[in-house]
Amino acid sequence: MDTKQAFMLAIKSLMASKMRSFLTMLGIIIGVASVIVLVSLVNGMTLEMMETFENMGTNLVSVSIRGRGGNRTVTPEQMQEFVDEHPEVIAGMTPIVNVMGTTAKYESNSTEPTVTGVNEYYKDVKNSEVETGRFISYMDVEARQRNCVVGTFIVNELFGGADPLGQTLKINGYNFQIVGVLKETNGGEEDTNDDIVLIPYTVAQKLSRMSFISSYNFSAKDKDCVQDVVDLLNAFLLDIFSNSNAYTVFNQSEALEQVNELTGTMTMVLVGVAGISLLVGGIGIMNIMLVSVTERTREIGIRKSLGATPWDIMSQFVVEAITTGAIGGVMGIILGIAASYAATLLDMTVAISLGAIVIAFSVSVIIGVTFGYFPAKKASKLNPIDALRYD
Amino acid sequence: MIKLTDIYKIYKDGDGGNEIRALDGINLHVKKGEFLAIVGSSGSGKSTCMNIIGCLDIPTSGTYHLNGQDVSKLDEYSLAKIRNKELGFVFQQYNLISKLNLVENVELPLVYRGLRAEKRHEMAMTALDRVGLADRAQKYPSQLSGGQQQRVSIARALAGEPPVILADEPTGALDSKTGSDVLEFLKKLHREGTSVVLITHDNSIAAQIPRVVRIHDGKIVSDETKGAEQ
Repeated sequence: MDTKQAFMLAIKSLMASKMRSFLTMLGIIIGVASVIVLVSLVNGMTLEMMETFENMGTNLVSVSIRGRGGNRTVTPEQMQEFVDEHPEVIAGMTPIVNVMGTTAKYESNSTEPTVTGVNEYYKDVKNSEVETGRFISYMDVEARQRNCVVGTFIVNELFGGADPLGQTLKINGYNFQIVGVLKETNGGEEDTNDDIVLIPYTVAQKLSRMSFISSYNFSAKDKDCVQDVVDLLNAFLLDIFSNSNAYTVFNQSEALEQVNELTGTMTMVLVGVAGISLLVGGIGIMNIMLVSVTERTREIGIRKSLGATPWDIMSQFVVEAITTGAIGGVMGIILGIAASYAATLLDMTVAISLGAIVIAFSVSVIIGVTFGYFPAKKASKLNPIDALRYD
Repeated sequence: MIKLTDIYKIYKDGDGGNEIRALDGINLHVKKGEFLAIVGSSGSGKSTCMNIIGCLDIPTSGTYHLNGQDVSKLDEYSLAKIRNKELGFVFQQYNLISKLNLVENVELPLVYRGLRAEKRHEMAMTALDRVGLADRAQKYPSQLSGGQQQRVSIARALAGEPPVILADEPTGALDSKTGSDVLEFLKKLHREGTSVVLITHDNSIAAQIPRVVRIHDGKIVSDETKGAEQ
């Protein structure tokens, strides 16, 4: 008996009891679909995170200083000196002073934006651009001018989209003059880079009553010298603090690696869970195949009396199990892709992975072979006389 | 053609104490083109004898030559091949496969012989035509009467053109009219040159058959050939 005949026979056999065949396949269908959906979701999430990191600039190196008591710290002036000593690798530096619990008011409108104190290099370090007006200037920082640059969410929320240049914004009770509007990067939505107010860091320091600055952002000249910048900063800071626990130097590519590692682990865990579902599906196939062998004992006897060899009988049942697994796999792939598209309607980023589809399908076929083998072996060993007598 | 020499089939009782001698020293020679009936009551050993002749079972001791080949020591695969090429079975319960249509049922032995689809179909249709059911080839067994189903099973036995047809109580499940039709058909096959071995407990059927071998308690008690006296 050739493969094509065995396959046609298997289809016929499965079609003879459609409901049962479908229920047998259900475990495989759910397993395959969940592998595809989960991998697609994690892939989508990874892509989204990578994009976010790339927007933030892959040349970015950030330094966070915890200090170690006393007055040993790093001032912005020291940092600037350091930057000036290494113009070949460092493109720019800005202190970052986050002001907590801020309220911004214009007339009767108010909102709670992220207020960050920066210097004039911020826009180069963070790749942000000014749409109208100007950015925070060196003079603003030096003279502690209460000037600010705002994101588009603030413009829409407080000014109803009208030109806010020259208007006065009240932040925690202090009056700030709006000198510029940042270019929109996140669709002008709340809690994004468009929901920020940038002020001179000297002013922010006063506003948040912080005696020293704990966070700096640097930008490397290009991607390749990111590591040089990290090394130089580590050496420089170790020299000041003589303790590497007092500060952290952090770059985007490192963060990117961490994200990849994290999503990799997540993929493994989720696929593992889906894999268990596939295993359960396989056991379902085995169970039904065993029942089917018992039910068809007489048929097996007849076939043997007509000259079927043990191999013929075994391949008949194995092919049937493979067909069950394969059809279940295809249905699972269709369901998985459909569910992934449904997830995009729920505003989730989904990237369907061809690899996941191929692996899920192969696994379901392999499960068919593995779990079909034992019942098929049992069928092939039946004694034709006993099988013919079986009712 | 069929030559059984000192065939014993001995089953051990459950505890291994008592021996049950289903066949107790059978010697039988069937020549090519013979029509033979093996007659016995239930438990006489006639079915065991049939199973051994049909290569569905192997004897405990003794030798069985089929077409000059010693088949009593062969393995499963070789026995399957012999069942496929040398023998055609007709069972009391027809034993058609219900989810296959008639022509597919008749094709089965040819499938296991490894023939191509067109060739199989052609041979199966010829066999169905011989039993007069070619016009119902696409029907399923459940759509047929018992007599028609038995004719299909004869067509299946014939399809591979084996030299020997083994019929195990072929009329047992049929009324006397259709039963005698089936018997007439077997006689016709015999006239056309096929060897037929028929198993029955029914003396009225045995009376119509040229050679009758009676088995009792695993032994052959008589072997009569009509016309041999003349």
